[in-house]
Amino acid sequence: MSAAEQALATGDAVPLSLKGPAPKRVVAGYGFWLFLLSDIVIFAALFAAYAVLSGETAGGPTAADLFDKRHVLIETACLLASSVTCGFGSLAVQSGDRTSTYFWMMITFILGVTFLSLEVSEFGHMLMIGAGPSRSAFLSAFFTLVGTHGLHVTLGLCWLIVMLLQVTTLGFQPMVGRRFFCFGLFWHALDIVWIGVFTIVYLGAHL
Amino acid sequence: MFGRLTWAAVPFDQPVVMIASGTVGFFIFCVLALVTVKGWWPYLWREWITSVDHKRIGVMYIFLALLMLVRGFSDAMLMRSQQALAAGHALGYLPPEHYDQIFSAHGTIMIFFVAMPFVVGLMNFVLPLQLGVRDVAFPVLNSVSFWLTAAGVLLVNVSLVVGEFARTGWLAYPPLSEVAYSPGVGVDYYLWSLQISGMGTLLSGINLLTTILKLRAPGMGYRQMPIFCWTALASNLLIVASFPILTATFAMLLLDRYCGFHFFTNDLGGNPMMYVNLIWSWGHPEVYILILPAFGVFSEVVATFSGKPLFGRRSMVMATMVICMLSFLVWLHHFFTMGAGADVNAFFGIMTMIIAVPTGVKIFNWLFTLYGGRIRFTVPVYWALGFMVTFVIGGMTGVLMAIPPADFVLHNSLFLIAHFHNVAIGGVVFGVMAGISYWFPKAFGFTLNERLGKAVFWCWFFGFYLAFMPLYALGLMGATRRMQHYSNLHWQPLMLVALSGALLILLGIALTGVQLAVSIRQRERNRDVTGDPWNGRTLEWSTPSPPPAWNFSHLPHVDRADAFWGMKQQRATAGTHVGKPSYESIQVPRNNPTGFFLAFFAVLLGFSLIWRIWWGAGLGLLGAIVVCLMQAWRTDGEIEVPAEKVAAFEQLHGLNERTI
Repeated sequence: MSAAEQALATGDAVPLSLKGPAPKRVVAGYGFWLFLLSDIVIFAALFAAYAVLSGETAGGPTAADLFDKRHVLIETACLLASSVTCGFGSLAVQSGDRTSTYFWMMITFILGVTFLSLEVSEFGHMLMIGAGPSRSAFLSAFFTLVGTHGLHVTLGLCWLIVMLLQVTTLGFQPMVGRRFFCFGLFWHALDIVWIGVFTIVYLGAHL
Repeated sequence: MFGRLTWAAVPFDQPVVMIASGTVGFFIFCVLALVTVKGWWPYLWREWITSVDHKRIGVMYIFLALLMLVRGFSDAMLMRSQQALAAGHALGYLPPEHYDQIFSAHGTIMIFFVAMPFVVGLMNFVLPLQLGVRDVAFPVLNSVSFWLTAAGVLLVNVSLVVGEFARTGWLAYPPLSEVAYSPGVGVDYYLWSLQISGMGTLLSGINLLTTILKLRAPGMGYRQMPIFCWTALASNLLIVASFPILTATFAMLLLDRYCGFHFFTNDLGGNPMMYVNLIWSWGHPEVYILILPAFGVFSEVVATFSGKPLFGRRSMVMATMVICMLSFLVWLHHFFTMGAGADVNAFFGIMTMIIAVPTGVKIFNWLFTLYGGRIRFTVPVYWALGFMVTFVIGGMTGVLMAIPPADFVLHNSLFLIAHFHNVAIGGVVFGVMAGISYWFPKAFGFTLNERLGKAVFWCWFFGFYLAFMPLYALGLMGATRRMQHYSNLHWQPLMLVALSGALLILLGIALTGVQLAVSIRQRERNRDVTGDPWNGRTLEWSTPSPPPAWNFSHLPHVDRADAFWGMKQQRATAGTHVGKPSYESIQVPRNNPTGFFLAFFAVLLGFSLIWRIWWGAGLGLLGAIVVCLMQAWRTDGEIEVPAEKVAAFEQLHGLNERTI
């Protein structure tokens, strides 16, 4: 139970900020939140670069030429669905239920891999038709922004495997629970960033 | 096999470089030999290298910064002596391609590897003690941050011997820093060392921010929080918000250089000015990341040595947070000449002038704190007074340049150089020096020699004025920055004055070494047995000097700002409460080599990427991953200090009779 919940439960009048050091779980989650904010600033810089350079096609293909709406819609569906399953997985972790943790987290993993492979196939197609990142400033910015998100998803998937191994070897220790909590935050944050990518990059291409 | 790395990378034909690196190499060899012969390795490994204690890490940051100050300052001496010589027909002794590396390295090192570790080190050491807690939020991460910074330092210094450093200036503007114009490894050294150390800084920012916001002694709300913690809060907010921009910008430049992308190139739609915008939207907050904690130090020093609470504490906090926010709204004043148009320039000019207002508020707060106080003229107070005089001048020349038409005349002139050294030395360096002499007894248990400390101050103070006031004049006379040679002989006398100032600062730096040596020899005479040598006001002075690994045997209860001052007053009126306090065992984090090993593999990774040794890069990355995984499976992160040991420590320091 966090300090805030405790204060609510006991009707304690001492404000949270005066209560002394927060418990470990709160501190870990809070620190990770700050990390996510800094990560989102990285994406903000990449979005800014994309906004500046998206028209600089240097005579090469434009956004409208390249992007397939249906393809991106399936990608988006996979990623958003994986957030839902990750949420169920987090509930399973909280209740210390090993079987449903494995179940929901494996589905999350599979959806993430599907998302990634769709992205890789899109990138591969673009490279094949000569629309690689060296073709124009627009494509440099596109590959970097979307690729950085893809890299985050890849790292998230690796992290998920590590976490499942930790559950197997260490069980539901407090440490493992805190890390799973942070993983959940990370996975949802990637969804938020993807909403930005979907809106600005893919929908923006057809305006 | 070794990518681009061949024997040709070592500049055997440049005597200046070879002598300098030979001396450094010999010095390092001597130190390593001494440590080995004396058998100090186990001690160093156990007590420092693998330590996750915030106090030890803070001390190591400051030690690193002092070392790099010597490196960065020797670059400054080279530049000042070159400019003193190379007038008219004389060409000086440094060829242009070497001179360009020197000014790039000077700026890079002074900002990233001197000022930053100084400030981060002070915050690391002081914050948990002032907040009344046992450590930072993530002690192991803290060690990782430090060692990543050290990894960056190592890479920058390797560039002296193996290969070259960037010739692009300290911010590596494209298109000059693109492969087309800088095909060598200099820019790669710059980028990778700053990416690695920047990661360390970001992690440290997150760590300290979490510490301030989530770990404070019971009763310490934001209204009771010491002013240095407030300035550190603002500074770390800026780190978390701005360093990712730097990381992203450098990543884009790296992609341009390594993978043929076109973010900032001249062709295929690239936009070099976007780099300048991005880098300064990190760079201007960076200025405040450095100066705000210095303001915090001065606030503590002025209040303590006036024997008064800080005047206008609330307005000081407000001013700090206003500066924190405004610092993100002024970046364009670094390039008014870009041609963004009158409206944009006017906006950023006005924002820049506005930021002088909260800074002025602070100056008045310090003055009114001093007013009517019983001022003790110790070394930290010297620095604080020197700062107030010097910083005001620097601030005024800054406001002057905030006027876009004036800036068109002064842009990239020596006037600008004089301005930012005026605020960087008069603000950050003076602040750090004040902080070091103020908190040194807390870290080591004895005070520094006062006479030598004052001598150091006077050297820096007059040295600064002699070195930089001529540059203001030279800037107005038309001298630009980064000149390897000039033809106007009228400039030379002022250049010689500037050199004399640099020599005086050199004497100051040397005297710092003497001061340290003398103080260590006289340590028994200057032993701080009370833990409170200055009659301090905040919680760090309530612990013994040096504090135990766990800082506080009982977490203090805070009911006001200047908490320790309040406790002392209470004790004076209510008398000492003699009783047997009970002690509980305390969990402290166990030593951890993760940071050191991560830094090792980061250096391998960075060096291999710089020289395109792909197998080395793979090895470095793999090693880093393995280290992280091993850390992930560590379950013995903490050890318990038994209650008896805590009690024995308290007994030894006569603390068990205090009211708690």
